[in-house]
Amino acid sequence: MNHWMIFPILLPAVVAPLLVIAVRTDIVLARIFSIGCSIALLLVGGYQFGLACDGEIRTYALGNWSPPFGIVLVLDRLSATMLLLTAVIGLVVLLYSINGWDNRGRHFHPLFQFQLMGLNGAFLTGDLFNLFVFFEVLLIASYGLMVHGGGGAARIRAGIQYVVMNLTGSSLFLIALALIYSVTGTLNMADVSRKVLETPPANQAILNVGGVLLFAVFALKAALFPLHLWLPGTYANAPGPVAALFSIMTKVGVYSMLRFFMLTSAELEWMMPAALATLIVGSIGILASRSLGQQASFATIASVGTLFVAISGSSPIALSAGLYYMVHSTLCVAGIFLVVDLVIANRPGFGDALVESPKYAHQGIIAFFYLTLAVAISGVPPLSGFIGKILVLRSSQDSSNWQWIWLIILVSSFIGLVGMARSGSLLFWKCSATKVELGTKESNISGSHSDSVESPAESGIVLPSVACGTILALILMLSIFAGPISQFMDDTAEQLYDSKQYVNSVLGEAK
Amino acid sequence: MEILVATAVAAMTGAGVYLLLRAQTFSIVLGLTMLTYAVNFFIFASGRLTVNQPDIVVNPDGSYADPLPQALVLTAIVISFGMTALILVMSVRSYFESGSDLVDLFGSEESVSKDRQ
Repeated sequence: MNHWMIFPILLPAVVAPLLVIAVRTDIVLARIFSIGCSIALLLVGGYQFGLACDGEIRTYALGNWSPPFGIVLVLDRLSATMLLLTAVIGLVVLLYSINGWDNRGRHFHPLFQFQLMGLNGAFLTGDLFNLFVFFEVLLIASYGLMVHGGGGAARIRAGIQYVVMNLTGSSLFLIALALIYSVTGTLNMADVSRKVLETPPANQAILNVGGVLLFAVFALKAALFPLHLWLPGTYANAPGPVAALFSIMTKVGVYSMLRFFMLTSAELEWMMPAALATLIVGSIGILASRSLGQQASFATIASVGTLFVAISGSSPIALSAGLYYMVHSTLCVAGIFLVVDLVIANRPGFGDALVESPKYAHQGIIAFFYLTLAVAISGVPPLSGFIGKILVLRSSQDSSNWQWIWLIILVSSFIGLVGMARSGSLLFWKCSATKVELGTKESNISGSHSDSVESPAESGIVLPSVACGTILALILMLSIFAGPISQFMDDTAEQLYDSKQYVNSVLGEAK
Repeated sequence: MEILVATAVAAMTGAGVYLLLRAQTFSIVLGLTMLTYAVNFFIFASGRLTVNQPDIVVNPDGSYADPLPQALVLTAIVISFGMTALILVMSVRSYFESGSDLVDLFGSEESVSKDRQ
């Protein structure tokens, strides 16, 4: 048994309490521990990614209780990809936040590590109830991070909405689990996959209700239309670095949905209208936003929409395109939220509101980051957004209603492009042309961060630049090595469609 | 017994959903509590309703009380208890920050943005 598999859960679980108990007064030591832990996670993530590349599905039985009785961790290509992505985003966000942002409230680092633990656990576990528990771990850490460093009434209110939304989701999750358990008598995903096929017709209805409820929960986490309403308020009001980390949280919903519904061979084609609606809502939101934070939130929704269009294509090719797009969009969204925070930090009095303002510090480099990320997000060549969208379009050409899919993807990309170009020129070009007296415009700004306490203008630009630069470098790599990466995603999609392999690796060959 | 359990779960869920839809933090906390009670009860019932049965399988053909949902309920209770404590703290903080216990974000945008300046 490969004991490294439990490492991504165990390490943050040990480091986080250590940070709370031992080094809560010493921010330097906390930073060292936190960065060290994230680097270790990245190394182990890379190692496991290398292991998973050979296509074998590895399992780890916790406490050596053999599945389906004990909890089992499963490492396949998809979970290894997600682990690596989490480790990368975690390290980048941490690099960004140790610039002084982490010192604004207490216990940033322990919460951050707990969040990583929950994410890693959710990506590794092969047990439905354990998935619920890890969801709660990552959510409760995110509740703390969401209101980190105070930030006024709007942020607290957005935090409350976020908590209520997710607690309701958790209740639904539990109801769904109880329904599935009452029919199948098991919560191990591989075992559920096997038992679902043997369900007597009398119990089929209960099972379907459970499946639909579970779908609703995952769609809520992933912000699929019409369950996306919580996302703009939450992400736009969350602190920038935290929102960047949250970019992986919508992907937890997508991951869980893929994992569970691929195993139970459920049809996902009917999701297409919702996916297209998500895309439309997201791109209109990009155009209509009044602050950069809101715009980034709607860009998240649009990317989720594109992702779901690919997933509901229901073929390995479409799924592979979706997985490529998922990696790309996670990186982009994380990057754009870091840029939002940079703008807020360097534009005292104006925050991230899309209004004209006088020139501000570090405008050039922030504009460069924004431009590159906007190009990547809106899908303009040559970056990975273009490649991702081409892959999604190509995979949908065999679909019966491909005209609609192409039309909506292309038009919404264009709307998104216009929206991002508009805010880019407002934030980075017009400001040099106009001189606005500080304080006169301020009263007009609403729905954006404008707290002066929030701008650590004294802190440098070096670490944030390194963090954003890393994201850009990764996006560039994703574009240059698009061939091998999409080949890998093809293999991942094949593996996801081959649910027998998963079931057999977890439970052993069927009798 | 089925009728009793089913009506209890239904009543608590109904009350919980009704309270959740009120836009005030206190009602929402109560609603969430009701909802989690209902859910806990529901999970408990998913192991089938049995009385006076052993929780260890003595003879494979006889019936037994399923111990697993009880363990699941225990976990769910602990988590929901922690979450309720957390949302209470956040509600109190929100009340002190904004002076009202409404949860609506956009309707009160004007007053909120005034607070911040």
